Parts: sequence; structure tokens; C-alpha cells
Amino acid sequence: MTAPLLEVEHLVVEFPIKRGVLFDRMVGRVHAVSDVSLALAEGETLGVVGESGCGKTTLARAIARLVDATEGAIRFRGRDITRAGRRDLQPVRRELQMVFQDPQASLNPRKRVGQIVGAPLRLQKPDGAGDGDRERDVGARVRELLERVGLQAEHVNRFPHEFSGGQRQRIGIARALATQPRLILLDEPVSALDVSIQAQVVNLLDDLQDELRLSYVFVAHDLSVVRHVSDRIAVMYLGKIVESSPAEELYVKPIHPYTAALLDAIPIPDPKENRARERHVVRGEPPNPIDPPSGCRFRTRCPRASEICARVEPPLAAYPGGHLAACHHPLTVSAEEIAAATRSPLSPASAGEQLPADVSEPPGEGPVGRSEPAPAGGPTAR
Amino acid sequence: MSEPSTEHLLTVDELRVGFRTEDGLVQAVDGVSFDVDAGEVLAIVGESGCGKSVTGMTLLGLTRGPNARFGGRAVFDGCDLVGASDEQLRRIRGAEIAMVFQDPMTALNPVQRIGPQLAEQIRAHDDLGKDAALERARELLERVGIPRARDRLRAYPHELSGGMRQRTMIAMALSCDPRLLIADEPTTALDVTIQAQILEEVRRLRAETDAGVILITHDLGVVADVADRVVVMYAGQIVEAGTLDELFYDPQHPYTWGLLGSIARVDRPRPPRLPAILGTPPSLAAPPQGCRFRPRCPHRFAQCLELPALEARCGVPDHLDRCWLSAEEKREKRQVGGQIGLAPEERAA
Repeated sequence: MTAPLLEVEHLVVEFPIKRGVLFDRMVGRVHAVSDVSLALAEGETLGVVGESGCGKTTLARAIARLVDATEGAIRFRGRDITRAGRRDLQPVRRELQMVFQDPQASLNPRKRVGQIVGAPLRLQKPDGAGDGDRERDVGARVRELLERVGLQAEHVNRFPHEFSGGQRQRIGIARALATQPRLILLDEPVSALDVSIQAQVVNLLDDLQDELRLSYVFVAHDLSVVRHVSDRIAVMYLGKIVESSPAEELYVKPIHPYTAALLDAIPIPDPKENRARERHVVRGEPPNPIDPPSGCRFRTRCPRASEICARVEPPLAAYPGGHLAACHHPLTVSAEEIAAATRSPLSPASAGEQLPADVSEPPGEGPVGRSEPAPAGGPTAR
Repeated sequence: MSEPSTEHLLTVDELRVGFRTEDGLVQAVDGVSFDVDAGEVLAIVGESGCGKSVTGMTLLGLTRGPNARFGGRAVFDGCDLVGASDEQLRRIRGAEIAMVFQDPMTALNPVQRIGPQLAEQIRAHDDLGKDAALERARELLERVGIPRARDRLRAYPHELSGGMRQRTMIAMALSCDPRLLIADEPTTALDVTIQAQILEEVRRLRAETDAGVILITHDLGVVADVADRVVVMYAGQIVEAGTLDELFYDPQHPYTWGLLGSIARVDRPRPPRLPAILGTPPSLAAPPQGCRFRPRCPHRFAQCLELPALEARCGVPDHLDRCWLSAEEKREKRQVGGQIGLAPEERAA
């Protein structure tokens, strides 16, 4: 196991809500990312999955330093970049690029493709390029990049609107590749595309990763596409990671009820299996991130929630096989696995110490008498 | 290709919709025929630009304009919706045929509270007083699963979540007990857990009301969940039509195979590569000669330069498709790695 390329430790991102005419006063905070820790090794892909408002995009933007962290640390190749200034960030930004969800909105409509893809090259002054030769070098590199992502080199002089959605996303990827990055943060890169085109772009990302030894953080709103690119998948709910596991295992063995609900909610394109399938549709909608619930944040919608879930925030329990889940009443784990579980160091600081004790906790029955005195830290205690 | 008859709730016959643009005439819908019965859900499936939304909107006269050109007929209750006067359409719209749009934020009036919006819609077709209409609005909101409906009547659209807004849209569409509901990507903008709730609502409503539903979507998972019959559109034409099971278990057209194959399934082992359909859909201003899927089809051959008619080719009377391959060839060619899909061609330029 090599040293991680990217480490995020207890990252908190909050946005103040301000009111007032003359003097702004803070009336509340949006808890977008609440104490998230993760690590990503070189050449690997971490999928980050969650529904709107779960903080997945904010997490990616915080790693790219597009929004500032409120607390916690982000380390890239061993270097703390959490508070790095503009000048210190420039070499980092070369190695850490981002691809956005909406290729229409993230490409300047008044620039030609050559200018768009070449812009990072002109800004970053690639090593060893003399000033006179630079434009020619940039041009050659742009053509090479366009071909690399499956576009034609002749397209350099076209404008973004002359391309289809899938091709525009390829342009966005070519731009991200321009500076030879080590890590690319992909924020829903295929959500805006048609299914047949999604598969093309996912396969392209796969090929690029193999050839260029890239690492990806792949943000997605559901579990279907992310499976094909991820080595590991983290599921987020209301600013917290609730489960994180090797990619394939998550689909056959979801531990957190929210992950199970996400899987159940995806309609299967097979009418007979769909009819036969027993589905547990989660009721209601995610609570407001300005005022998240105490304890486990999913408890207000969780069919298994009990008294302890409101009182103690569950830590991320590390089950055998590198599977982490933050739930007091886990699904699909055996008594042995529960006995072997340990509190993961990636757990939020505010989480309790208590690990799940029993396998099939009947929902509704509070585990009274079993609860040890645990630090009942609220989710935002500091 | 059913004859216009009085049995069906809606019969669309050779519908054509074209738009004059700077690039010439864009034939968005090019000879589309289908019918919908009371109490059934017909899904129209296809990707962006295939003409599925234009088809739905044309049925309500929403594509009319100085640059639009129409052809064919769409007979609903003895009235041809394509040729109907604006006045006739206004009476039908909302009362007999209602529509739910993809993005509820742009379809609701942002500066009017939910209650009055619903009441206005109700009073446009029913002779009710203001208070009675508001009471009706509350009932409708409860019926589509909105909690604390009385309070919500006073909410503005921006105060509701996406799922709530879509429920409000559905409530509005149901306000006059329509006999036909056209839902254009009703869950595309929603999260999966909310989508599951809304689809459950659609299933429940169909069981309760006996209305016909046209569900326009790009998502075959959603189709498998709620549809009875399916029409697959590509580049302005229907390429395949059949019952839900026919389409999923005996698909005839290579484009349908491609659609089925390119879905990432969570309930199956993960394939090493996602089977993709290569290339991009053609421009409708200059569609390719012959079969419109030909440039992207790995199974094309000489005959494909001639456009195949939409007809029953596999022996089942109502299972129609537009592909020259014989039924046996189709069964053989659509198997990719034990699943239905398009045989992968190596990276295209």
C-alpha cells in the first residue's frame, strides 16, 4: 500500500447565513460537510454518492480549494493545502484538476476549443518550453489532447455550441488533462448526458486512468454509474459519510439502511424482476442542513431507528474487509463481523464510542439497558 | 399502425412536426403513430432530441408557432388535436388532457402561492367558488402525499423541495380528473429516493382513476417500473413498439438493444466495460439516408440504405419494429456476453 495521494481529515465546510441591513449578523449555518475523513491512493478511484444537498459537490470543491474549509485538513501528496495561498496553490492546481457536471456552463461559449483546452497550458507554463516555441507547443499539445479524448484535431477552431453534450464533456476532460494532473475531481461528469453517451464517457475515463495512472474522485447522485469506475465508494448523507466500502461489496452487502434504500430506489430495467422485487421505499425527504437532526442524521427517515440513534451519533465501525458503516443497527452483518468491528479513525470527532452490539435489532425497540455512557456530542459540537 | 378508431382514448396517426430554422426544416417528429387506451401507461422512450417531448407537447398544442409545420392526426374523443382551433384546445387542455413537466420550478408560477395557483386551474374548468376551489386544492395536495397540505397552500414554489413541487404539479394536473395525463420526464430532476415515491404515486393514481398516461422518459428503469406498453423513438421516428415484456425480453431493433445494454445495472455483476452505443444521434435537419440508426449500427448492411417501414416483423402482431434483419438474425446478434446489448465495436473516431 503506497502512501495516499490525497488525505482528507475531519473536513468541515459551513456556509454562514447572514441577515441584517447595516450590520450583517450570522443567523445560522448551512452544515454542508460535517467532519468527513477519507484517503485516496494513487491510481485509484473513490466514488462519492449521495442525493442533492448531501455535501458531495461541496466536498469535491473543498478538495480543489474552490471553497474554503471551515475546519480540518486536506493533504495532497503529503502536503497540507488546506490554507495554502494562491502562489503555493499554483503547482498543486496543475496536478489536481476538476471536471464539472454541466459542460454547457463550464465552457466559455465565446472561446474556441483550442483556447479552452490550451488555457491551462498557457497559465501553467509547462516546463522546458521556450517562449518563442510555446504557442506552437501548446497548439500541438491541444491537438494531441483532443484526439486522446476521442475528438478530431481539426475541431480546435470550433466553438462549444457546435458540439453535442457528450463531445462537450470530452472537451472538459481534455482541458483537465492538459496539465498532466495526478488527481481529477469529477463532479457528476455524466449526469447531464444521455445513457448511450454516458457509457462512452465512462469508458473514456476508464481508459485514461489506465494509461495515465490518474486518480479520480467521482461524485455521483446515484449508485448505478459510479460502480463502473470506482475502487471504493463512499455514501454521503447530510454532510456525513455513512458508509464506505470496496466498490463491489457495497452492491451485494449494504450495511447502512440509507445505502440499502438508495439501491432499492433505483428501478431495475427488467419488468419481471422489478415486479418480484421487494422494495423498501424510504419515506419523506432529507432534513434541512441548517438544522440537522441530533445523533444519526438519517434517523428521521430510517425504518430501523431507535432511541439511541437520536442520542448518540454512530461512529464509523470498521468491519472486516475494509467496509465502514456508521449505524447503530447495521444490516447484512453477522454476529462475528460485529464482534470483530473496531471504531474507525475516520469517524467524526463528535461520534460516540459505542459500536453496534447486536445483529438484527428489531426496529422500534430501543436498546435500553445496553447503552453505555457515551459522549452524546451533537453533530456540530465543538 | 392502427386505423383511427373510436375504441382508443387517443389515436395518433402519422404525426409530423417540423420547425423552420436557419439550418432548414428540422423534422422533429416524422410520421409517428401510436394509440393510448384508458387505464394504461404508454411509455415513449428515447434520448435527447428524438422527438419524444415534441410529440407530447404537440398533443396539447404547445408547439404551435409561426415556424412550426404539422402533419397527420391525433384523435382524442372525436377531436383532431392537430387541427383543432385554439379555443377547442383550451377547453381540452387541463380538463381532459393534462401535462406534468420535467422541471416543476419553471412550470409553476414563482410569485403566486401554491393554493391560488391550484384554485385558478380548478376554477378555469369547474364552476366553483374561491373557497370551495381552495378546499379542493387542499384535498388534491393530500391525495398526492403532501403532508400538512393546509399550510402548503400558502407556500410559494421556492419554499418547497423538488419532490414537493413535482407532487404539486401532479396535483394540478389531476385537478380536473383528466382522462389523459402526459408526463414528460416527471422524475428526471429528482433524487432516486424521491423518484421512487413519485413513481409509486403514478402507479396508485392509475389504479384509482382509469386515466390513460403517456410517460415520456429516457430511463428504461422507470419504464420497467410503471409502463404497460412502450414506444422507442430515434431521430423523430418510432423504431420499435410493443408491450413492456416484448420490448425488454424480445427487443427487435439494434437501437433498443443498445439502450438496454448501456444501462449500468446495480443488481447484476459488473461488466468489465459498459457497452456503449458509438457515435451521436444525427442532425434532424439532414437525417441520414435510409434507416436513421444506420451510421451508429454495427449490424448495418446494404439494404439499410432504404428506410424500413414500422411493421410487425417478428411474428407478434402488435410488436412493431424498423429493422431489415430477419427475426433469427436479430436473436443471434443481440446477445453480448449473455446479455442483450449492441456488439462492441472498437473505439470509433
